[in-house]
Amino acid sequence: MKYLSEYRDGAIARGLAQKIRETARHPWVLMEVCGGQTHTIVKQGLDELLQGAVEMIHGPGCPVCVTPLEQIDRALALAARPDVIFTSFGDMLRVPGSECDLFQIRARGAQVKVVYSPLDALELARRNPDKQVVFFAVGFETTAPANAMAVWRAKELGVDNFSVLVSHVTVPPAMVALLESPDNRVQAFLAAGHVCTVMGWTEYEPIAAKYKVPIVVTGFEPLDILEGILMAVQQLESGRHEVENQYARSVRREGNRPAQELVQRVFQLVDRKWRGIGEIPMSGLGLREEFARYDAERRFGLSGITASESPLCHAGDVLVGRIKPHQCPAFGKECTPERPLGAPMVSSEGACAAYYNYGRFRTALPAQPAQA
Amino acid sequence: MSEAGSNLAGGLVCPVPATRYDRVQLGHGSGGKMSAALLREHFLPLLDNPVLAELGDAAVVDIAAGQIAITTDTFVVTPLEFPGGNIGSLAVHGTLNDLAMMGARPLYLTAGFVLEEGLPFEVLDRVVAAMSAAAKDAGVPLVAGDTKVVEKGKADGVFINTSGVGQRRAGFTPGPAGARPGDAVIVSGPIGRHGIAIMSAREGLSFDVQVESDAATLFPLVEVLREATGGDVHALRDPTRGGVASALNEIAAQSKVGVELEEDALPVPGPVVAACEMLGLDPMYVANEGIFVAFVPAARAEAAVTALRSHPLGREARIIGRASDAHPGLVVLRTRIGGTRVVDMLPGDQLPRIC
Repeated sequence: MKYLSEYRDGAIARGLAQKIRETARHPWVLMEVCGGQTHTIVKQGLDELLQGAVEMIHGPGCPVCVTPLEQIDRALALAARPDVIFTSFGDMLRVPGSECDLFQIRARGAQVKVVYSPLDALELARRNPDKQVVFFAVGFETTAPANAMAVWRAKELGVDNFSVLVSHVTVPPAMVALLESPDNRVQAFLAAGHVCTVMGWTEYEPIAAKYKVPIVVTGFEPLDILEGILMAVQQLESGRHEVENQYARSVRREGNRPAQELVQRVFQLVDRKWRGIGEIPMSGLGLREEFARYDAERRFGLSGITASESPLCHAGDVLVGRIKPHQCPAFGKECTPERPLGAPMVSSEGACAAYYNYGRFRTALPAQPAQA
Repeated sequence: MSEAGSNLAGGLVCPVPATRYDRVQLGHGSGGKMSAALLREHFLPLLDNPVLAELGDAAVVDIAAGQIAITTDTFVVTPLEFPGGNIGSLAVHGTLNDLAMMGARPLYLTAGFVLEEGLPFEVLDRVVAAMSAAAKDAGVPLVAGDTKVVEKGKADGVFINTSGVGQRRAGFTPGPAGARPGDAVIVSGPIGRHGIAIMSAREGLSFDVQVESDAATLFPLVEVLREATGGDVHALRDPTRGGVASALNEIAAQSKVGVELEEDALPVPGPVVAACEMLGLDPMYVANEGIFVAFVPAARAEAAVTALRSHPLGREARIIGRASDAHPGLVVLRTRIGGTRVVDMLPGDQLPRIC
């Protein structure tokens, strides 16, 4: 398929992996920030190609995974109301709250609908004026523009039975929190191509300079990721720490200005809790005062709902790269994709689920000779 | 008393008028005249055959000696109609294929319909017509049936249960448990088409994709495989719900063999790849209704593929991997770039990803 198979070419991939091995004279530790990249790495077995040359730590960039437990509980409380149609992207439905998940609430009679766009949720609100339609606005800067657009349109069209339960997070504060952590091991980052398509990379330049850490804006296909790793390793080996752009076919330095403007008009920076990590100051997006009437938390008075996570779950250690998923004592035992304790086991982008689904038995497998 | 039923000159009672309904009414499930009219007008003209025409409490048929295969399946697909078929044709293909996968020649079908009050008759007529065409095409008569009507909101248009009876072919005993290390794994056609066709037609998810459901009766293609291999087929399965990945996992588990696949060899049509990329789905887990996966001895694999390709349903048949005695019960995929990964069963439905 055009623009897909080109980035999955096996011969080029093995060539890049070889070049990374030749370039890396130290066992560098890199973090891919985004869950989509984790998914590609584990699904395609890229980590296997690079074993011994570089270590990949899987970062906190999975929106499902970092949405705090209490926000899931708030979603469940909303969905259980008979006057509410609760709408969400698909992979939030199986994320366990304190008691159950959205699928189970739906089975008990709640109206929970999967949508592919927040604008579909807005349309649902227009078609059901006697219902309250709530959209679960989660995600990084990637999903923020479309979510901002839905709120903007709701105000423009006067759709008063629409609101959003916001749990937006932003990447740079999380990277800083990781770098500030005393046990940080990350020496270079692959930044998320989709996030940078919206935001550009100017906000990463001070981070690279201050912490002397190379940051490579990287895409999601196997060749993108291998090339991003190679660029990061080349920087590390030559002592540089710059922001470079591997994903040039999609990302410009200034990003998508109209999208940024829309996000800024609707949202403002707020403190935000990250599941497994805790609160990071000014790391989230919340609705501005002039859009407060579309804030489901305020409309339905949900701020009293709080929750504490399972003590068995080490999601936080996984999300900051302190341990690999399979090093968690609960991995594959108390915690599986069928009965996830923590969110990284739920989403297909989550590091734990990616390990479980695609790599669980790798150690038990015979060594596969590389294809000629 | 209504005018229509009043006494007319000569003492004749005017019959209740033959009202034409455009939608299914609860009365169509009453067992009374409306039920009889439902059968007479919407089912029997298309599905008629001598056994069904008896309208007895059970169909009586002749069956030769030997093993009989029996299967049942219930169809609740949304939407009822999709590119390449509808719930009626699907209910025939699905059940006949289950018989064929056990090495049986399909002989008879039965069908039970749960109709939702308010279902437009034009939809029901198209469903029954597609059912009739699929059954006739397969040469399998529908010999018994039942209809029920439930209140609006208690069903989703129409649910169909079909049961099938088939005659097991002597000396031909595929199934899910017979795969052996060394077997070649053959897939009879391109994967993922049925699931993507359904999704492309779902409300709220309209995207332009040139994919039709692959739903088809596989018995003729199984016959080609049987003849080409001299009946030496160790395992056979149609990868419906859960897709090729789940079918291979079931065979690996039941046969206690490992399965090794080559990603490069998997026949995934371009539009299916595109739709899956867009929706965040893996084509390996997307449903099919017109292909099978077969485990045959490696020495017979080439001849089998050549024969399959001579049949219209098998033109894209190919070898996608092999069974091994390493890691029994596990399906492992060698990726295009040379890595490996385990292809596991999914815990539930595939969920579209956020971004």
